[in-house]
Amino acid sequence: MEILQSLNISAIGSHLLVGLSRAMILFIVSSGMSLVLGVLRVPNVAHGSLYMIGAFSAFSISNLLGGGSIGFWMALVLSPFVVAIISFIAERSLFCHLYEREHLMLLLFTFGLMLILGDLVKIFWGADYRSIMAPVLLRGSVSIFDSPFPRYNLFLLIVGPVVAILLWLFSNKTKIGKIARAAAVDREMVGAIGINVSWVFAFAFILGCFLAGLGGALVSPTVSITLGMDHDIIMEAFLIVAIGGLGNMWGALVGSLIFGITQSFGVLFLPQFAIVFPYLAVVIVLTWRPKGMLKSVW
Amino acid sequence: MFKEHFRAKSFLPVIALFIILLFLPAVIPRFYTYLLATIFVTALLAMSLNMVVGHGGLFQFHHAAFYGVGAYAMALILTKTSLPAWIAFVAAPVASALAGLLIGLFCVRLTKLYFGMLQISLGSLIWAIIFRWYSLTSGDDGIHGITLPSLISSTKGSYYFILIVLVICLIIMYLIFRSPFGETLQAIRDNPDRCEAVGINVRRHQLIAIVIATFFAGIAGVLFVVVEGSVFPDMMFWVYSLEIFMMCLLGGWFTFGGPMLGAAIMVSLRSFIGSYTEYWTLILGIILILLIFFLPEGVWGFVIQKIKKRAKGSVEGEND
Repeated sequence: MEILQSLNISAIGSHLLVGLSRAMILFIVSSGMSLVLGVLRVPNVAHGSLYMIGAFSAFSISNLLGGGSIGFWMALVLSPFVVAIISFIAERSLFCHLYEREHLMLLLFTFGLMLILGDLVKIFWGADYRSIMAPVLLRGSVSIFDSPFPRYNLFLLIVGPVVAILLWLFSNKTKIGKIARAAAVDREMVGAIGINVSWVFAFAFILGCFLAGLGGALVSPTVSITLGMDHDIIMEAFLIVAIGGLGNMWGALVGSLIFGITQSFGVLFLPQFAIVFPYLAVVIVLTWRPKGMLKSVW
Repeated sequence: MFKEHFRAKSFLPVIALFIILLFLPAVIPRFYTYLLATIFVTALLAMSLNMVVGHGGLFQFHHAAFYGVGAYAMALILTKTSLPAWIAFVAAPVASALAGLLIGLFCVRLTKLYFGMLQISLGSLIWAIIFRWYSLTSGDDGIHGITLPSLISSTKGSYYFILIVLVICLIIMYLIFRSPFGETLQAIRDNPDRCEAVGINVRRHQLIAIVIATFFAGIAGVLFVVVEGSVFPDMMFWVYSLEIFMMCLLGGWFTFGGPMLGAAIMVSLRSFIGSYTEYWTLILGIILILLIFFLPEGVWGFVIQKIKKRAKGSVEGEND
């Protein structure tokens, strides 16, 4: 009975919006992972750590600039680049020697990277909970469906599609995007026509990690920034990429929507077991379409 | 004849090690007895994973889930029911194997990375249910102070119990490894398409391997409860699954005993380094990356390669 009572339009509407804004964060992170998976064929377990570093460096940058609105915007712009620099170093010093190895080795390698990055974050930032404030413009809430909805979440609902469009433009309209897509399908052929595949890979990897950092910076005002946030996001991103179709950017979007919405409706129906629902959705999707919803590049 | 002789000879050190391990608790402090028992449990877990990963070539990404199912089944039967204790010892591995069968049925339809993804999500599903079902499993607090039969509740008692169970399991595993089934499984790992073409039911073999491996993981879970007297959801978190993976890699994928060695190295390193620094995972990560770069066959695999090379060299020398 209690469940039925809560099932009015406004509750469904606001949960849908919460789910959608969560899905935008998930999309930004998992599209980066999907890009790395598609072009480099690497299941990057360290992706979640880079997301965590994005959030922590957003905290540091905004604190350094006084914690105001300017601090937040600067953090949002700069911290993805911090993450990109870290991933550039990791790629050129370690990763690029391993592309010929089998998937399992690469997966374990990135797992090692995750362990190292996790402890480095602990050394740099400590194990405390951190938080940053959203800028004044995005504080408070607006009334949608007769219930308050945070402005920041609306901002996320705008940023997500913008990132999707930019990614689409990148992969379909720019030369390096087209090369990256070609390398995803047949890397030897791309190498054979005289393109330096190694640098294409490096670029795709750094762009993917950049997106992880962007996701971390974007999520930072809405959650408490802490160790262990890498463990949660990486599993979600992996599963999103799996149900969307490995390496397919639109698949990552579909997967994120499924994940975000089942999560928020899980909270509505059965709060205690809310985290079970997305996993259940993944099981159903993968049983129904073993290769994911959309076409995979693998 | 020569082969038989060679085999008996190669088993000698194993038997010697077993005898040493039998008498060790009499001379070493209690902490080391406990540490050895932990190594045995972890070794059994790593060996069970390697049955599907190293020998079967399957991406069993969430093996710890089954370890957890075994441990939780044991703990719940002992604390929530008044059934006799021996039932828990039998029922827990069976529960694990059932979970393995159920998840396996879904997973064997897929291959490689998709197999791993589906498995990790199904395993996480089990983890999430246990993590959230406070009224039954007390959630992230875990279940503590599980009373065991008096025979195995002391450190030494549990040590001997675990050692005997481990040895029995290892013998069974070795027999499976050398059996026609085991050989077929390794053939499937190396070339699934060809195996399919000569009429082997690849999926069924893989499913049986998963069930056997998860059964042994369940036994490892039972033994974990015997050592620790408690269970908690972290033992079946996916990060731990990858750590078990790492143990297999550290010892050597394609050898029989490698994972055991890997588990021994990992558990003792964790215990010793962990007592000096809180940044143990940093060191773990560095070890893993060094391993992938310089020792991809694992420690055991490396040693066996050296021995083979030397044997080959000496035979060639004699021929000259």
